[in-house]
Amino acid sequence: MNVEYLGAREIRGSLMILEGIDDAAYDESVRISLTDRASDASPLWGRVIRIDGDVAVVLVFEGTRDLSLANTVTRFTGRPMEMPLSLELMGRTFDGMGRPKDGLGNVHTRLRRGINGIPINPTQRDYPRGHVVTGFSAIDGLATLVRGQKLPIFTGDGLPHDKLAAMIAANLCTPSTAVVFAAMGVKHDTAEFFRRSFSESGALERSVLFLNLANDPPTERIITPRCALTAAEYLAFDRGMDVLAILTDMTAYAEALREISSARGEIPSRKGYPGYLYSDLASLYERAGIIKGKRGSLTQIPILTMPGDDITHPVADFTGYITEGQIVLDRVLYQRGIYPPINILPSLSRLMKDGIGGGKTRKDHPDLAKRLFSSYAKVSDARAILSIVGEEDLSEEDKSTLVFGQRFEQEFINQREGESRTMEETLDLGWDLLSSVL
Amino acid sequence: MKTSTDTAIGKIHGINGPVLRVAHERDTRDFFMSERVRVGEQSFAGEVISLRGGPSSDIAVVQVYEDTAGLKPGQEVRGTGHPLSVRLAPGLVGHIFDGIGRRLDGAYSDEKKWPIQMLVKPGDELHLYRIPVQVAETPSITYKAMLPPGVRGTVISCVPDGDYTAEEPLLEIKTPDGIRVFCLAQHQPVRVPRPVRRRLPLTRSLITGQRVIDSLFPIAKGGVAAIPGGFGTGKSITQHQLAKWCDADLIVYIGCGERGNEMAEVLEDFSRLTDPRTGASLMARTVLIANTSDMPVAAREASIYTGIAIAECYRDMGYHVAVMADSTSRWAEALRELSGRMDELPAEEGYPAYLASRLSEFYERAGYAENLNGSEGSITIVGAVSPQGADFSEPVTQNTKRFVHCFWALDRRLAYARHFPAIDWMASYSDYAEDLIRGEHAENRRRMLAILHEESRILETVKLTGTESLPESQRTVLSKAKIIRETFLQQNAYDPVDTFTLPYKQAEMMKGLL
Repeated sequence: MNVEYLGAREIRGSLMILEGIDDAAYDESVRISLTDRASDASPLWGRVIRIDGDVAVVLVFEGTRDLSLANTVTRFTGRPMEMPLSLELMGRTFDGMGRPKDGLGNVHTRLRRGINGIPINPTQRDYPRGHVVTGFSAIDGLATLVRGQKLPIFTGDGLPHDKLAAMIAANLCTPSTAVVFAAMGVKHDTAEFFRRSFSESGALERSVLFLNLANDPPTERIITPRCALTAAEYLAFDRGMDVLAILTDMTAYAEALREISSARGEIPSRKGYPGYLYSDLASLYERAGIIKGKRGSLTQIPILTMPGDDITHPVADFTGYITEGQIVLDRVLYQRGIYPPINILPSLSRLMKDGIGGGKTRKDHPDLAKRLFSSYAKVSDARAILSIVGEEDLSEEDKSTLVFGQRFEQEFINQREGESRTMEETLDLGWDLLSSVL
Repeated sequence: MKTSTDTAIGKIHGINGPVLRVAHERDTRDFFMSERVRVGEQSFAGEVISLRGGPSSDIAVVQVYEDTAGLKPGQEVRGTGHPLSVRLAPGLVGHIFDGIGRRLDGAYSDEKKWPIQMLVKPGDELHLYRIPVQVAETPSITYKAMLPPGVRGTVISCVPDGDYTAEEPLLEIKTPDGIRVFCLAQHQPVRVPRPVRRRLPLTRSLITGQRVIDSLFPIAKGGVAAIPGGFGTGKSITQHQLAKWCDADLIVYIGCGERGNEMAEVLEDFSRLTDPRTGASLMARTVLIANTSDMPVAAREASIYTGIAIAECYRDMGYHVAVMADSTSRWAEALRELSGRMDELPAEEGYPAYLASRLSEFYERAGYAENLNGSEGSITIVGAVSPQGADFSEPVTQNTKRFVHCFWALDRRLAYARHFPAIDWMASYSDYAEDLIRGEHAENRRRMLAILHEESRILETVKLTGTESLPESQRTVLSKAKIIRETFLQQNAYDPVDTFTLPYKQAEMMKGLL
């Protein structure tokens, strides 16, 4: 295990190919130091992603810049990538590979766990039924978030998804919650925005931040959410907290995966993404949930920018198939000044049906949601007719549908800056709209 | 001289995700295709999926049903001498298994005794697949233990009725090949279909209680149906509804690459709900196979076969079995991933060239059959398809369409408007309709579909002109169609009454609406 290998046979993209290796294990992590660097320089880390006889393919997370065929000293650690775990994580900031980034030194703990997680036996899962109030009517009323759910935000460039996610985190913050934030390939401003929001809402003390920024090595991005979720699982299932994990941006994550796949010469499926994109995303999303006999819960809000606002893009598509619904932001609503610009028709919470109703939110909730959906579904048809025949020739029914659509967007979906509604307020507002217009 | 051991042994040479290349050790028995193997120090389950000769040693390609992290070249791979199989014994129904048939809800106990009833006596001649023993497996299902394939002969001795474990000898049979001992537990290879005496025509409906299915696009017992739909269109809910209320004797529900919480929900719901026909819990007629999306991908590939092999055994016992496969797209993707890891040349969208043949082999295992032991049984397959981007022209949907006779297309616009089940009456079809729906009901079905088609034609015009300028006759069609959609086609799965409608009531509703 302590054998060190000098040099490499080939270096390509972020891959380093070594020869003459006799004790590499699949998926173990490797430590690479450079002979021409100072001995106290921090080493590079990698992972074995393929073995053929005595040839091992190593993915180097920090990228292969400065590596030559001769200057590397590679040590196989015999262990998978691990994350140190302790309550000390709270309030700390780490880089994309789980190394402290805030200058506060290492996390002192003997507890370390592999970052890949292990599949959860479905019989050990407790089906999530407890709703949470985010303060946004569009979500609470029509796509209710349930503790232990994975509910992504589908969005586009320039839409206020960050603000929405940060507000949700702030509204959910209580002494028994924790927020785990993983940034993958986002801009420094975005990361800073989240930090500032958490700080203002007082959530920062109860947060763990993992930052892989846009100029950090893309390969690191595939590690970032795994470190974050390992920390989140620890806080939820070992420490009994209700943990909210915000993962942004899943599209950048998937692009990193594609980059690595392409370097490996794998056969691509749609849009060049690897054939295992679905399983890979699932290995992250499925880590949300509630475990029988444990106190805490792990709720995920991944954020995903759809290139070209295209909901059929592979990343959005696969995500929608794995997660328990989605919150879809809409550019047209945003341009009309509606905040949060949530289009409720494609939005969905699959766990809502068991999380709402009498004894949970309110007895009339399911009925209200159904009526709001079917009323609002008619609005776009009425608008299409309006644009062709003009207001004069509209039927009375279409006219009142249009008024409903307008008021629903302005009064129900739209919320003032900082306005947070209770569940009662949201439900009453919904009934008011239905009875006053239709 | 070459010596040969009983066990095939190899050493790991290459590792790429779940796919291993194993160098065969010369002096041992050869590996054979589909042989189940044990891999490494932890004896991970694996299966041989291809073999090729090599200059220094033969190479066996093995797919591993566990996470391969930590495996090293040089570790041993041992053949078991058996193909990938599922263990057949009482105790399948009412439980949940992983993709290769291992119990997920607690360990299987070899000590468990089953109350057997002996159906034969010494001196009886037993023909192929004869059922000498039966066991009350659950309140709904009697397990009928069959002779293993190829075994027939005369009963020499048998035990009296009583409680026995699955491994205890129950019978001694004198066969042409010597004396065979019979016990409850048997192993059924999963990739080979069990033979039947002959196939029967599909003339009986599988009643689902779902109005849009039973009355417009019905499915026959022994038929095959596909439910394609983008995410959020209600594939899983439709499958849950069918699994809950259809009039099959046994449900095999294969959760293939789907959500863990969904399986947890099925477990909870089915244990809580009672089967209206037997009064027993729905779990008492359900076998669950779960390979959730975070479980190893190779076991996803196998899960479909594990499920259908179990279904075939119960068909041979004389039951009507309905197999829900959710989702076949995840299975196809597992094929694609494994194929990629083996460096095979891809066909469309990276899928292997054998995608179509694998799909057709699977769907062909459905049918209504006269079994070799004389009983009749059926397997109905309902496969969910998750087309990428809800684009029905992608390879899995297209290739599935070639082999199914019933197509329930789920539509995103209907789902957005919360019209559930979101089965699009314009894109769906059932080739069984003519055989299953007759007389007045058939006429009403025809009229109902005609109104719906007329509506969609008129709505095209409405998009351009609004409803004001429509003639009275067309407005009548629109309002009729609206009532049909809202009162007949829509059905609330969460309403205790609306969730299931008996066929005669469906016929009456139709008559009333027209």
